[in-house]
Amino acid sequence: MTTVAEPAVRPMANPSPVTMAAALNRALADALHEDERVLVLGEDVGTLGGVFRVTDGLAAQFGENRVFDTPLAESAIVGTAIGMAMNGLRPVVEMQFDAFAYPAFEQITSHLAKLRNRTRGRVALPIVIRIPYGGGIGGVEHHCDSSEVYYTHTAGLRVVTPGSPADAYSLLRQAIDSPDPVIFLEPKRRYWSKESAPLTQSDLRLDQACVRRAGTDVTLISYGGALGTALEAAEAAEDEGRSVEVVDLRSLSPFDDATAAASVRRTGRAIVIHEASRFCGYGAEVAARLSEQCFHYLEAPILRVAGFDIPYPPPNLEQHHLPSVDRILDAIDSLQWQETGARRATVGA
Amino acid sequence: MGTTCPRRWERIVTSAAVARTHAPSLLPSAEPLGLLRLDGSIDSGSELSMPSDEVLSTLHRRIVLGRRFDAQATALTKQGRLAVYPSARGQEAGEIGAVMALREQDWLFPTYRDSMAVVARGVDPVEVLTLLRGDWHCGYDPYEHRVGPQCTPLATNALHAVGLAHAAKVKGEDTVALVMLGDGATSEGDTHEALNFAAVWKSPVVFFVQNNGYAISVPLAKQTAAPSLAHKGIGYGIPSMLIDGNDVAAVYAAVNKAVAAAAAGGGPTLIEAITYRIEAHTNADDATRYRDRAEVEFWLQRDPLDRIRRHLVDRGLLDDEAIAEIDAAAEAEAATLRERMNVDTQLDPSDLFRHVYAEQTETLRRQAADLAAELALSKE
Repeated sequence: MTTVAEPAVRPMANPSPVTMAAALNRALADALHEDERVLVLGEDVGTLGGVFRVTDGLAAQFGENRVFDTPLAESAIVGTAIGMAMNGLRPVVEMQFDAFAYPAFEQITSHLAKLRNRTRGRVALPIVIRIPYGGGIGGVEHHCDSSEVYYTHTAGLRVVTPGSPADAYSLLRQAIDSPDPVIFLEPKRRYWSKESAPLTQSDLRLDQACVRRAGTDVTLISYGGALGTALEAAEAAEDEGRSVEVVDLRSLSPFDDATAAASVRRTGRAIVIHEASRFCGYGAEVAARLSEQCFHYLEAPILRVAGFDIPYPPPNLEQHHLPSVDRILDAIDSLQWQETGARRATVGA
Repeated sequence: MGTTCPRRWERIVTSAAVARTHAPSLLPSAEPLGLLRLDGSIDSGSELSMPSDEVLSTLHRRIVLGRRFDAQATALTKQGRLAVYPSARGQEAGEIGAVMALREQDWLFPTYRDSMAVVARGVDPVEVLTLLRGDWHCGYDPYEHRVGPQCTPLATNALHAVGLAHAAKVKGEDTVALVMLGDGATSEGDTHEALNFAAVWKSPVVFFVQNNGYAISVPLAKQTAAPSLAHKGIGYGIPSMLIDGNDVAAVYAAVNKAVAAAAAGGGPTLIEAITYRIEAHTNADDATRYRDRAEVEFWLQRDPLDRIRRHLVDRGLLDDEAIAEIDAAAEAEAATLRERMNVDTQLDPSDLFRHVYAEQTETLRRQAADLAAELALSKE
């Protein structure tokens, strides 16, 4: 029998002054300060400070050679960043919104992801592409996509997404330091969420998941914008007598099998929660991997609470699409609890 | 509002008027610029500067070597040694003239058709052909000769050239990036984005478009309604040149001028070189389906090698003995290439899992082990 170790729990701290947007701003400022090769470029990132103000004040502090507005063309923003990285710089580029990054898709998938492999390691591209993603902010069409699997399906890219301000700081610093290209997905509905934790680099690696809340009955696996919802659901389930563990994936590619599988082996039940559509969504990969690795520990099928398989809804209907606390609690309730005794008896025999 | 708006508008209107005043100088010439006429004689009215005799002799020699390399690569494809080969026969003046005009510190961003140019830049031909042999996606170290990997998606590398050149400018390096494009690539969005970014940033870039008349089978008339491809520069505020792409002296002179302007802080130049692809798109293509023999014959009469050779011979700078020596050198290089390519390369399947990330991930380690186990089993 595999030893089931106690999880190292990393709770999210209580709300207080630092927002995720401010934490990201600090991460960029610190990186620009510490490494003169770091550049920040994109649409409206200079004078305006970005439409979400993540780059606020950086152009004034570091000058227009290092923080600058580009013409409005996403393929060119990523394509020129590739050339800059080939010449020794470390560009951090901003795509204004998730769906506006699609014109850059070819540069990202055909070049950014592949140049290291194409050149047998001779050309490294330490580039970070920041993409505000996901819904929940009342955005109109093309401003709310969850585009993570387009990127996780592409070998050569790292894909990470923070769920809290402190983690946003740490992940972005590590992403900028990474020798690999990183797609940095910022859950825009958490931009203004606050946390009191100090903004320092975590001891967690860029590719590590972590347990945000310990529990014994079921594991909720989530990331980015839905993580907060998962944590709320865990609290609510506690009131109903269920002990819920919450795993924050942080890194969507590579996937941290060890942390997720260890949790599921402890609890025997798992639900993957994300905003993105269910069909071929990230949860499908998580469920498949965990089934392969934890089959004999499972008390119930691994479920997914995800967005519907529809184009992202208009703002006045989006509340029906996004995973909610109730939907997560319903999923928890459907995890075949009544059969647990029988199953345990069989495994024990 | 009342005070700032009029001022801002005034600025916009004034700068536009200044730009319009300078616009005519951005347009290309009505006819392609050349230095050598078809018979090899000098076009004394050209606004381009004739390269030195030494440079002309070198260009001639490199064209002979380049054409022989190209023929050898085509032959290797027929023998099954290469998976595919897109020939540049007929385009030697562009391939050689542009590359020879670059300085050591400059960068070349080639396409899949530019193997000849990459070899002319000094990259080992076997390393160049690694891609087309199917052994790996790029066989050479881009940093060794400052040559980007040969690019298959059209025009995407134009943006890499702009970014690299912009970084050079920011770092205070005297480096110009030249990107090779074809007529088809000028319809791609990335070409336009690259022209625009380079113009706004005043990046030291040369956009070198070889207009060979066809994008695989699609003729230029179905590609653009512009008076010329060089005309596209003015929309971005980029000076453009339309040149005879089969005149190696003109290609060299035009690129030389553009490189000098870029290095001096003048920003990018767009050059359209009119040429013709004598062979089909690749060995897998059948050009008789979209163009007739008479057209090919017409262009064979405008052969870039004949022209520079006639010029040098007529001026007494080249004789039969020298030609024989150059031909022998080309044959020797081709023989060496043939010999080096006629070996079965030993590929290591575990390479597939290397260099995907700086450090191999756990998943890739597992998949590499799975494949190794599968291979070990199949050997038993």
